[in-house]
Amino acid sequence: MATLQISSLTLEVANRTLCRDLNVQIQPNESWCLLGRNGAGKTTLLHSLIRQRVIDEGSVLLDGKNIADLKQRELARKIGILFQQGIEALPATVFETVMLGRHPHLQSLLLDNEKDIEIAEQALAIFELGSLKERPVDTLSGGELQRLALALLLAQTPEIFLLDEPSNHLDVAFQIKLLTVLTDKVREASASLIMATHDINLASRFCDNIILLLEGGEALVGKCSDVLTEENLSKAYGCPIQSVHSGEHRLFYPA
Amino acid sequence: MIFNKQILLLTSLLIFAAASILFSLLSGSVDITLAEIAGSILSSESNLNSQVLQEIRIPRTLAAFVTGGLLALSGAIMQVLLRNPLADPYILGISGGAAVGALSAILLGASGFWLSNAAFAGALLSIFLVFGIANQFGDWSVTRLLLTGVVVSAGWGAVINILLTTSSTNNVQSMLFWLMGDLSQSRVNLAHYLLLIVGLAGGLLLSRSLNVLIRGELLAVSLGVNVQALRLLLFFSASVFTATAVTIAGSVGFVGLIIPHMLRLLGARDHRLLIPSCILLGGSFLVIADSLARTIVAPQQLPVGVVTAVIGVPAFILILRSTIRK
Repeated sequence: MATLQISSLTLEVANRTLCRDLNVQIQPNESWCLLGRNGAGKTTLLHSLIRQRVIDEGSVLLDGKNIADLKQRELARKIGILFQQGIEALPATVFETVMLGRHPHLQSLLLDNEKDIEIAEQALAIFELGSLKERPVDTLSGGELQRLALALLLAQTPEIFLLDEPSNHLDVAFQIKLLTVLTDKVREASASLIMATHDINLASRFCDNIILLLEGGEALVGKCSDVLTEENLSKAYGCPIQSVHSGEHRLFYPA
Repeated sequence: MIFNKQILLLTSLLIFAAASILFSLLSGSVDITLAEIAGSILSSESNLNSQVLQEIRIPRTLAAFVTGGLLALSGAIMQVLLRNPLADPYILGISGGAAVGALSAILLGASGFWLSNAAFAGALLSIFLVFGIANQFGDWSVTRLLLTGVVVSAGWGAVINILLTTSSTNNVQSMLFWLMGDLSQSRVNLAHYLLLIVGLAGGLLLSRSLNVLIRGELLAVSLGVNVQALRLLLFFSASVFTATAVTIAGSVGFVGLIIPHMLRLLGARDHRLLIPSCILLGGSFLVIADSLARTIVAPQQLPVGVVTAVIGVPAFILILRSTIRK
């Protein structure tokens, strides 16, 4: 299983530093959340990990190899991402779409191999899309599209799952249900997960570790139990944030 | 299940292609029977009818098929590259450049070989002009490519109008035929067939990547497609297919725009199916259009581009309506 090493990473957008000298090591079986204000650089950071964005300084190593030296396809077998904007609604079927997840692994040129079909169908079943298999994607609801995007990611079977706002378009029940299913699958595969979100409570519920992006390129990195404090969050979001304990969960809210 | 549907479509298209070629060989001012066609292909006997077949109809039919196939293939690629349903082989100004080359050659009294070369040179000039401008900062986006192509096209359009308005009536007639697409002088050789075969093979090799790219650049990158390299390859290959097609037959319209859409509406969205289908249907479509172009108002000939529009527009609307109703 893959280890991701972010070393002295600096990312800049239009002369603004999003993160400076960021060092994080992500091991198999770890779940990380990525929090910060709008425009703090959460998406940019995730995109830099799949080489969709140029790294200004520093490096990202995947199992000791610089991702800049990998082929795009090799990278895609190891790292998969759920994009913030989800999947575009085009007139293709749900099954055709989820099969795209197998693209980095495909062996045969023209025909679909049984194993790939099986993996894709399992991914659909897990996200309760089995009955929609032949439906055109442009007839799906927002929530169904988001589930399809998650199924596609699962079919990709990466070793590192990057999730950009996974709760988009999902009602509360589906947020908990789908993230539970996904995190279970990630754990089963001894994979790791990095989730960028605006929902502090969702993050603290599903992740053990955190990268909290602050103003000016600083970041707090560590265990959620250490970093997720009222003081740190208030600083990160520039607004007072308090917390209460309810059962086994600790809930954060703007004061 | 899905597999069978694909085989069915490809088989129907193959039969349709064979039928269209036969239809083309049978139609014309000289009546030629099926038996004579078989005889002429199988034996080397030479009579008037077999001469008409060997020297006129077969070469022209093959030229129509190759041109139609190249245009539809190029259209399908352009639609993926630009991610725009309105994209066609001519949208990036290739036909405009070719037209300026061809019309200048007509103005200078050239025909045949020199006319073709002038058209091809014009197309190449346009390809590099568009790419050079779009690529000026070492980084090119699809939007910039599209805008550059449209602007360069408009520029060529102005030059074409100047050439048309300042030429003698005689020349204008030939120029208009070239602009609308005309196969009466067209011949194809081994290089053209090879290009079509390379296009088919290359298209099939890339078909899975095309399936991913059409769903969006970000998704394609995340699924392991080297998007920059792929787009470069698509741009130049589609350009060469278009340049070759317009060199053979002038700027025949509608084939490159409508054929890929028709096939998608018929269910061939997967490029593994769309690429070979485009070549077959594009080829057959132009063969039929050309047969009609030379027979409808015989002994006069219509430019084939007029016929492609006359058949293509209603056929497309029909398919569009029937799929919406489903």
